Amino acid sequence: MTETAIPERAAPAATDLPPATALSGWGRHPIVKAPQLRSEDLPRITVGATLTRGLGRSYGDASLPLPGAPVACSTLADRFLEFDSKTGRLRCEAGLSLAELNRVLLPRGWFTPVTPGTQFVTLGGMFAADVHGKNHHESGCFGEHVRSIRLRTADGEVREVGEQDELFLASQGGMGLTGHLLELEVQLKKVASPWIWAETSPVPDLETMIDRLLEASRHWPYTVGWSDCLAPGARLGRGILIVGRWAEASEAPARLPAMKRSVAVPFDLPTWALSRWFVRSFNALYYRVRSATAGAGIVSPQPFYYPLDAVRHWNRVYGRRGFTQYQCVLPTERGAESCRKFFDILVRHGGTPYLVVVKDFGAESRGSISFPRPGLTIAMDLPMRGRQTQTIVDALNEHVVAEGGRIYLAKDALTRVEQFRAMDPRIEAWNELRRRYDPKGLLKSALSVRLLGDEA
Amino acid sequence: MKVLFLGATKGMGRALARRLAERGEALFLLGRDLEDLERSARELEVLGAHGSVGSASCDLSEPSGFRAALDQADEKLDGFDTVVVTAGLFATQPELEQDEAQCERVLQVNFTGTVLLCEQVRKRLLSRGGGKLCVFSSVAGERGRKPVILYGATKAGLSYYLEGLDHKFRSDGLQTITVKPGFVKTGMTEGLDPPPFAGEPEDVARVVLRAIDRGKPVVYAPPIWRWVMMVIRCLPRFVMRRIGF
Ligand SMILES: Cc1cc2nc3c(=O)[nH]c(=O)nc-3n(C[C@H](O)[C@H](O)[C@H](O)COP(=O)(O)OP(=O)(O)OC[C@H]3O[C@@H](n4cnc5c(N)ncnc54)[C@H](O)[C@@H]3O)c2cc1C
Ligand SMILES: NC(=O)c1ccc[n+]([C@@H]2O[C@H](COP(=O)([O-])OP(=O)(O)OC[C@H]3O[C@@H](n4cnc5c(N)ncnc54)[C@H](OP(=O)(O)O)[C@@H]3O)[C@@H](O)[C@H]2O)c1
Repeated sequence: MTETAIPERAAPAATDLPPATALSGWGRHPIVKAPQLRSEDLPRITVGATLTRGLGRSYGDASLPLPGAPVACSTLADRFLEFDSKTGRLRCEAGLSLAELNRVLLPRGWFTPVTPGTQFVTLGGMFAADVHGKNHHESGCFGEHVRSIRLRTADGEVREVGEQDELFLASQGGMGLTGHLLELEVQLKKVASPWIWAETSPVPDLETMIDRLLEASRHWPYTVGWSDCLAPGARLGRGILIVGRWAEASEAPARLPAMKRSVAVPFDLPTWALSRWFVRSFNALYYRVRSATAGAGIVSPQPFYYPLDAVRHWNRVYGRRGFTQYQCVLPTERGAESCRKFFDILVRHGGTPYLVVVKDFGAESRGSISFPRPGLTIAMDLPMRGRQTQTIVDALNEHVVAEGGRIYLAKDALTRVEQFRAMDPRIEAWNELRRRYDPKGLLKSALSVRLLGDEA
Repeated sequence: MKVLFLGATKGMGRALARRLAERGEALFLLGRDLEDLERSARELEVLGAHGSVGSASCDLSEPSGFRAALDQADEKLDGFDTVVVTAGLFATQPELEQDEAQCERVLQVNFTGTVLLCEQVRKRLLSRGGGKLCVFSSVAGERGRKPVILYGATKAGLSYYLEGLDHKFRSDGLQTITVKPGFVKTGMTEGLDPPPFAGEPEDVARVVLRAIDRGKPVVYAPPIWRWVMMVIRCLPRFVMRRIGF
């Protein structure tokens, strides 16, 4: 690790701060009022900031400061700094968006080694949450492919931190709580063509879905399942299995895939769009349509990786009260039964999610508190309905604790501290390391105060 | 094109320089912070700029340094044919009323400095048969308005200067392109409440690049501001006195 002397910069005086604005994650719950600083000069605005956030695509409170506490936003610090077109090594500022990376480098045959389900994220946010994708079983988390980071720690020091360093590992998946990420160096993946060979097939029930996912992972780099957990009885968990790989140049069209313009949800949708009968009908219709159109062929990467990006502001579907995404991993050895029980609990407590994402994870990430571990991950959106939603999350968490699984901090808004601590004993050692770089506890987020033991 | 660019490090300048680079144009950057210019230069190379992108220090508040900066650019580009100036300073009317030093800085950078630079550029371009000069002014210079009296005055002066240049020298081969942005979401306007029709720098860049290619004398960006300002220009004084716009 090398430390760089940078010019003394004083923390901004309270009078220099912009007025507090309402900030939230993608789920629009919770909402925190705080001053947000945004500038191309990320090194300057991170001085005195309690946290840095990117494009705010984490769902809950991970990217939110405490009320009134200054937060830096990285999105204007978005330059490519160096790219070696022979090796695929990229150095960039932390606010570079994945959408921009894809736009510029995919036509040249390079792609991110790991992508989440939206390209409207920053590379800094991808490292801080150590995101996973449809290829987790093969390629692990995004952080595994990052070679070095430039970090401003709470003591004001700017450090170049290599992947062997414990500070690096604590930051990979560290939810921005070890320092402000200024730059990163990542190894991109060479692809044979900018097109995807994809295959989709209907799956009749949950058990078959899990079997087929595990089987597919042995042959395909990208796999994921969409399940309908509102389907009755034996059909519970029926869904669509999607697998894919980068197409060979010989099978792909010579042209580049078109970047389709997205449509927007113009306003918050009314509550009937979330009623049980509507969601159930939607899921059933989706299953039928996708089953009827199932097949194999060449598709553009955009709908394959980022189906939801086609609709801007889709979070408005959940109305003004917002929503939460619940994502957990259940250990492999607990089997399909654990998963069925999970769905039972969900439905019994009145959960009515649109399609649920199911995916098998590969090995545990090297990040000190990264989310993935071997097992089956389940993710779903739940509308915010006050106590009812809290009850569902509590009940699901109880099951996850009992099964030895854990939840994903980048999605969470409602988990209780006791349950989280029971799931993740790694937090203590990680906090010890944090305190060495931040003895006064200057870096914190709404999430870290809620779950990780930071003081308000 | 061989483009000399002042202001490529941030905001609309960054977005426009990126478009030029992606098109494979040759670029040379001027600005205040050499280290930061270098970072932008490396990015523009990644994006596809023709050859290596050079840079030199040039501060609009120090006209004595203009000649040396232009010499360096001319040498590296073997004579630039296009000049883009997006650099400029902004402060709110209350800030400028309270802080005389800051007010002087804004007047100097946005008007005196920019005009003096354009004068030197004009002479160089005309001496080799012409070229394109694209400078960012503002819709704030269209009418004397309460919220932007001082800043607007610098841009009004700049717009008039640029219009005069275009009238006089277009026939000699010098195309002057005056860009009049409305509210655009950049670091300059961060913390201000965005009005309706607030634009994104990338959209502005697209519109401006087309205007440069076509040698269009005046361009509003986002384009809707052309119509907004047409209305504002027609408003009688007694109305302007009453409204807060
Ligand atoms: C539609 C959709 C699909 C998604 N699919 C997936 C998926 O498949 N897999 C997956 O893993 N995730 C997924 N996510 C979650 C998303 O990828 C992560 O939350 C990611 O971190 C968001 O990046 P961001 O730039 O928006 O960061 P933000 O949401 O702004 O911040 C996320 C965290 O990173 C920290 N952070 C951000 N930038 C910095 C920085 N420069 N320095 C220090 N800390 C920083 C923040 O403090 C916060 O803790 C999805 C989200 C959406 C909306
Ligand atoms: N944003 C708007 O809503 C808006 C509206 C109307 C008009 N405009 C005008 O459009 C232009 C671009 O605006 P923007 O929003 O993109 O601004 P910005 O993001 O603040 O960028 C301004 C650029 O000007 C450079 N600069 C500032 N002072 C300088 C000086 N003394 N010498 C040399 N370079 C200097 C900066 O360089 P450093 O990297 O050194 O800081 C930076 O690259 C400006 O002229 C502005 O007045 C903007």
